[in-house]
Amino acid sequence: MTSKTYIEAIREGLLEEMDRLDTMIVLGEDIQEGGVFRVTDGMLQKYGPQRVLDTPLAESSIVGVSIGMAINGCVPVAEIQFADFAYPAFNQIISEAAKWRYRSNNGWGCPIVVRAPYGAGIRGAMYHSQSIEALLAHVPGLKVVAPSTPADAKGLIKAAIRDPDPVIYFEHKKAYRMVKGEVPDEDFATSIGSAALRREGDDITVISYGLMAHECLQAAEQLADEGAVDATVLDLRTLAPLDRDAILDAAKRTGKVLIVHEDNLTGGIGAEVSAMISEHAFDYLDAPVRRLASPDVPAMPFNGALEDALLPSRETIAAAMRDLAAY
Amino acid sequence: MVRAKDARPQSATSKLHRQMYRDMLVSRELSDRMFALNRQGRAAFAVTGQGHEATQVGSAHAIKRGTDWVLPYYRDVGVMIALGMSPHDILLGLFAKAGDPNSGGRQMPCHWSWPEMRVVTRSSVIAANLPHASGIAYASKLRGLKEVSIVYFGEGATSEGDFHEAVNFAAIHKLPVVFFCENNGYAISESSEKQMSVLHVADRAKGYNIVGQTVDGNDILTVHQTTKWSIEECRRGRGPKLIEAKTYRFSPHTSSDDDRRYRTRAELEEWVKRDPIDRFRTRLIDEGELTAEEDAEMRAQIKREINEAVEAAERAPDPEPADALRFVYGDETAP
Repeated sequence: MTSKTYIEAIREGLLEEMDRLDTMIVLGEDIQEGGVFRVTDGMLQKYGPQRVLDTPLAESSIVGVSIGMAINGCVPVAEIQFADFAYPAFNQIISEAAKWRYRSNNGWGCPIVVRAPYGAGIRGAMYHSQSIEALLAHVPGLKVVAPSTPADAKGLIKAAIRDPDPVIYFEHKKAYRMVKGEVPDEDFATSIGSAALRREGDDITVISYGLMAHECLQAAEQLADEGAVDATVLDLRTLAPLDRDAILDAAKRTGKVLIVHEDNLTGGIGAEVSAMISEHAFDYLDAPVRRLASPDVPAMPFNGALEDALLPSRETIAAAMRDLAAY
Repeated sequence: MVRAKDARPQSATSKLHRQMYRDMLVSRELSDRMFALNRQGRAAFAVTGQGHEATQVGSAHAIKRGTDWVLPYYRDVGVMIALGMSPHDILLGLFAKAGDPNSGGRQMPCHWSWPEMRVVTRSSVIAANLPHASGIAYASKLRGLKEVSIVYFGEGATSEGDFHEAVNFAAIHKLPVVFFCENNGYAISESSEKQMSVLHVADRAKGYNIVGQTVDGNDILTVHQTTKWSIEECRRGRGPKLIEAKTYRFSPHTSSDDDRRYRTRAELEEWVKRDPIDRFRTRLIDEGELTAEEDAEMRAQIKREINEAVEAAERAPDPEPADALRFVYGDETAP
């Protein structure tokens, strides 16, 4: 194990797969100079401009040509510079990639990876802060992952590259340099569709993903230290397909569940997790399933005070946990 | 019995011409039949391209089958016949049967997919498959493979952003893609003047610094030669080509459309006089490559074949209801 940042772990995962697969291509805007966040830093020098490909500023075709590359023996990993700019590619993702196998009755597969930095907290304002995961987790045929730790960031990028289907890989941009952690030194992949139990406690369960998983864990440690609440923290890691067993096991064991995400409330991942628990673990519940999420406003404002007012924080999470535990 | 055509020695060119003529006839007969089956209430939907036979059959016979990648659109019955998909298989798609090779009865008819022939699955979304052609061609180039992608679309597709993005990408990387536009003057009801301010789709090629050619889409030999040249240029690494074949569809857009609302019968009649099949037949007979008797015999035989194909396809089994859940993911992850 070696300690690495989240961004180093993603880069390392990409590099190792580029070494392993000589038809793998990373493509996107400003990829060759390293990308605006520098995830692909140094790759041009190592693999050349054909495999480290700067595309025109045209998101639909970034995904569209990736689909073509994938069916002709290449392994494309597309970068959408900010998740906020993925909407022009939604037709290619939803109507093409996601339906590719189903509509051809398994005649064709569509093994593409689309990476997208997402999330708020960096004063990126309306169009550099969005969380778009729920929109895509809704779409059958896609797999959607959102790692929170460096180990999972590396393990899931490898799993995504090796997967036979389209995988949307959401990397939290605030986590890039802020989050550090131990990463195994040997080759490994993190199974898509499996959640990770970050903490075990008997009072309540907190379910989250991405950067919020860290906030939840810290809130849980704080409340445990205070002797107030002993919480289980479940990090979803994969948003589609959800790890139903892990979610229901945790819900059944504690009987009280809080779901936290920075994406806005309505129709978010929390709604699906909550419905799943209500449907399949109702008899075990000691309290209504609670959700803590950003309110339903269109996007994050630029002003720091406004942004902070919308995002869940360690404090608001801790308060919601106390409240639920007291129910 | 030895038939006249067998008794006469045939050159390779003559053989090709007869095959192309036959494919045009099959395409027309099958398309007419698919519409009729819809009108009889035996098929839920039909989409065809009567009138496009020269553009489709002529171009498809320039494709290196099994090597080149083909991305046809839903009007391309003639392309598929020329590539060798049987009327029976196409009819399995019309009736949405389990054996439909395109989609197992999942897609509307004529939404082609045939992996063995490198015919790539497509949606109903106009122009969405153009970037796929560019991506396939990028992979061909990266991997050093001498294969070409040809993607078919109507003039309406050239209004879509994906047209621009795909052609631009192919032009930047000098990719082996033939962009083949079957310009029939109408995108459902919208005439070309509502789609573009240029007179010819091929004029758009200038904006990408690639070669664009406008051809008479009802002249099968011109279409064939132009496509053949374009594909070979691509194979030599000389970058993408845009072909615009001007033609006309005799049928409504689909079985759900009434074209009398947006175009005159007089206009249609003018184009029917220039029927690409009649035109090629006249030429073949004039050149001594076909006799009127052979033509009649060929037509009768095709009618019989299609009668049999309809009967067999209509009787073929439907998919199992439980199959609706299959192939969401490659690893059969349960939905």
